[in-house]
Amino acid sequence: MSSPVLIIGASSAMAEHCARAFAEEGRSLLLAGRDSTKLESIASDLRLRGAARVQVLPPFDGADAESIPPMLETALKEQPRDVLIAHGILPDNEACEQDSEAFLRSLDINFRSVLQICQILQHQLPAGGCLAVISSVAGLRGRQSNYVYGAAKGGLLTYLQGLRNRLQPQGIRVLSLLPGFVDTPMTADITKGPLFISAEKAGSLIHRAMKGTRDVVYIPFFWRYILWVIRCIPEALFKRLSL
Amino acid sequence: MPVPPAPSWGLQPPSQAAALQPLSHRPQALPETGALLPRGLGRSYGDVCLNDGGTLIATQGMDRLCQFDPESGILEAEAGISFDAILRFALPRGFFLPVSPGTRYVTLGGAIANDVHGKNHHRAGCLGRHILSLDLLRSDGRIYRCSRTEQAQLFRATLAGLGLTGLILRARIRLRKIQSPRIIEDRVPMRNLAHFLELSDAADESHEYHVAWVDGLAKGEEIGRGLFMRGNHEEEQQPLRYDPPRSLSIPMYAPGFLLNPLTVKAFNSLYAARGKKALIRHPSSLFPFFYPLDAVGNWNRLYGRRGFFQYQCVLPRENDAASMRALLDRIGRSGEASFLAVLKTFGSLPPEGLLSFPRAGLTLALDFPNRGESTRALFRDLDHIVRDAGGRLYPAKDACMSAEDFQRSYPALDHFRTLIDPAFTSDFWRRMHSEKAI
Ligand SMILES: Cc1cc2nc3c(=O)[nH]c(=O)nc-3n(C[C@H](O)[C@H](O)[C@H](O)COP(=O)(O)OP(=O)(O)OC[C@H]3O[C@@H](n4cnc5c(N)ncnc54)[C@H](O)[C@@H]3O)c2cc1C
Ligand SMILES: NC(=O)c1ccc[n+]([C@@H]2O[C@H](COP(=O)([O-])OP(=O)(O)OC[C@H]3O[C@@H](n4cnc5c(N)ncnc54)[C@H](OP(=O)(O)O)[C@@H]3O)[C@@H](O)[C@H]2O)c1
Repeated sequence: MSSPVLIIGASSAMAEHCARAFAEEGRSLLLAGRDSTKLESIASDLRLRGAARVQVLPPFDGADAESIPPMLETALKEQPRDVLIAHGILPDNEACEQDSEAFLRSLDINFRSVLQICQILQHQLPAGGCLAVISSVAGLRGRQSNYVYGAAKGGLLTYLQGLRNRLQPQGIRVLSLLPGFVDTPMTADITKGPLFISAEKAGSLIHRAMKGTRDVVYIPFFWRYILWVIRCIPEALFKRLSL
Repeated sequence: MPVPPAPSWGLQPPSQAAALQPLSHRPQALPETGALLPRGLGRSYGDVCLNDGGTLIATQGMDRLCQFDPESGILEAEAGISFDAILRFALPRGFFLPVSPGTRYVTLGGAIANDVHGKNHHRAGCLGRHILSLDLLRSDGRIYRCSRTEQAQLFRATLAGLGLTGLILRARIRLRKIQSPRIIEDRVPMRNLAHFLELSDAADESHEYHVAWVDGLAKGEEIGRGLFMRGNHEEEQQPLRYDPPRSLSIPMYAPGFLLNPLTVKAFNSLYAARGKKALIRHPSSLFPFFYPLDAVGNWNRLYGRRGFFQYQCVLPRENDAASMRALLDRIGRSGEASFLAVLKTFGSLPPEGLLSFPRAGLTLALDFPNRGESTRALFRDLDHIVRDAGGRLYPAKDACMSAEDFQRSYPALDHFRTLIDPAFTSDFWRRMHSEKAI
């Protein structure tokens, strides 16, 4: 029946919960990631939850540009209409200052691979489709503690703005997702404060955003206001803060 | 390492919170820190889910469905899945949990590890009877598939194993087929304990579920007064849906004075008023019937920061009525009890877990705000009555029982000890072994 949802980085905790919400609606799903065993166990779960069909795509690695086209080629045969790009890593900022390999690798995964994927998909999605990408509120203002990650996420936002503008006439919606703090393996080492939400909550908000009509969605909404305040701080003052 | 506060449901804050290791990445091996304890949704009241200074393995992210057979109703799922999530999956497909505790916010693994019971104990026994097999990861790095035919000893030790035999990764559970998501419920006011026993004996035959709420403040002739609730699944075919009511949430700890004897009395008489008239064959959604307390999230915060205790005991059939009267009398005179006193008859189906709590007889469960020494003094008196009756306390609810009482009332303890995983321990387990040395 309906055309499938393509989920890239499908083993991300947030993306898995979003996929569950699509499965419960009976949608078909295409799952991409680097670890097929993991994806198979997610696929079994999604089938039980009601997905019409679930297919695990050939593995790709965000740090390996050549692994991306074969994965997408298989995906495009199934004519996906909606896409969620979720993969990413939170690199150790200090390590990136010392180790250029780790630094470049994080950019490959968080930035380059995402653009590479979007460049291919922009010519292939049908009208009415949605291309959703998980960026981060960290991309809205650089801070000394995570500017490498923030730069990649911020770069994504600028790219997505342009692409949104470009694809508007074709009726394809480009959705920038801006999570704040989400309790996932990525943040396992961070002490959980009251601003954290569960991966399940984030997944369901992403699902709702993909079915909605907005272009930029904060996960959850209150980060819009937090970031507004943070962005109001003059740079001359901000550069002195230890954030 | 993240160090989130990890209280239990009764909220005794651990002096040094344990590090929490999440499982959502499904690591191949256990953390190598030693002193491990699995942790589900922390709905145990006392310290079976605490591990001061050690590592808690947070299982909640490990919650996938693995297999389901709509013919037999057998579901295989990862152990961190909640009963709420199982219901979300099962109800629309015409299945229900074979055994449900009073809240659906427990994990499958946590429920197995306490071998939980529900309102259908007289028919269905404990949860363990409906578990067909489980996969257990132990600190030797091996995964043991345990069932009644493979690793049978380890299987029996892991049902009600209090998280001490290893980490349950997955389990197969047989769900119960239903035609309708509704319960046909009766609520009958009870005059006293004798009346309860009468109603309960009759309901054993006529109803799949029954339980009573009793007034913990009643004295003399009125001891055991309250509300008797019984129900059966509706047999007519109805649209099957998962439709829980919206729930409120208590955002913060209430100031301690809110829960004084007056407010408790007011609350209890509210229930008494609701119970004045019998309600017969009332079709009810199964959510309020099974999970009335889930309507208020974090209701435990109403007890304030000092937290509270739940006292749950079982008195064996032979001398249950007289001892129950003695218990309720002591509780009524103390004036310390709060709104929730639950009374239920356990059936005679023997539990399979070595440390399973239920046995044929009467069980009473009720909450007491933590008032320090006066609460403990009351518990010592209650323990005395329970001991004399040959009864025992439920580790899932316990924070005060003495090591002697535990050892005397759980005869399979020595056998259990030979099967625990040496890398696992808990505050409860340490407590049950420390007093002995003193
Ligand atoms: C409102 C309310 C009503 C209740 N009603 C009932 C009732 O009617 N009947 C009843 O029997 N109980 C009842 N309980 C108690 C509750 O059902 C049990 O405490 C249950 O075990 C809690 O599950 P959990 O996932 O929160 O586990 P936790 O409390 O987090 O852990 C409980 C135990 O399970 C172990 N454990 C958790 N996960 C695993 C795993 N994957 N592998 C191995 N061990 C594991 C832990 O180490 C711990 O020892 C009630 C509790 C509440 C709050
Ligand atoms: N958690 C937060 O607080 C937060 C906040 C804002 C934004 N985000 C963003 O949200 C997205 C989802 O993350 P999450 O929080 O759900 O964390 P997560 O569960 O750790 O997911 C990270 C995902 O990225 C994949 N990945 C990592 N390295 C990869 C590589 N080299 N090639 C391909 N895939 C790779 C992982 O695959 P494997 O399973 O194979 O490791 C996993 O699917 C990320 O883009 C993240 O930046 C997260």
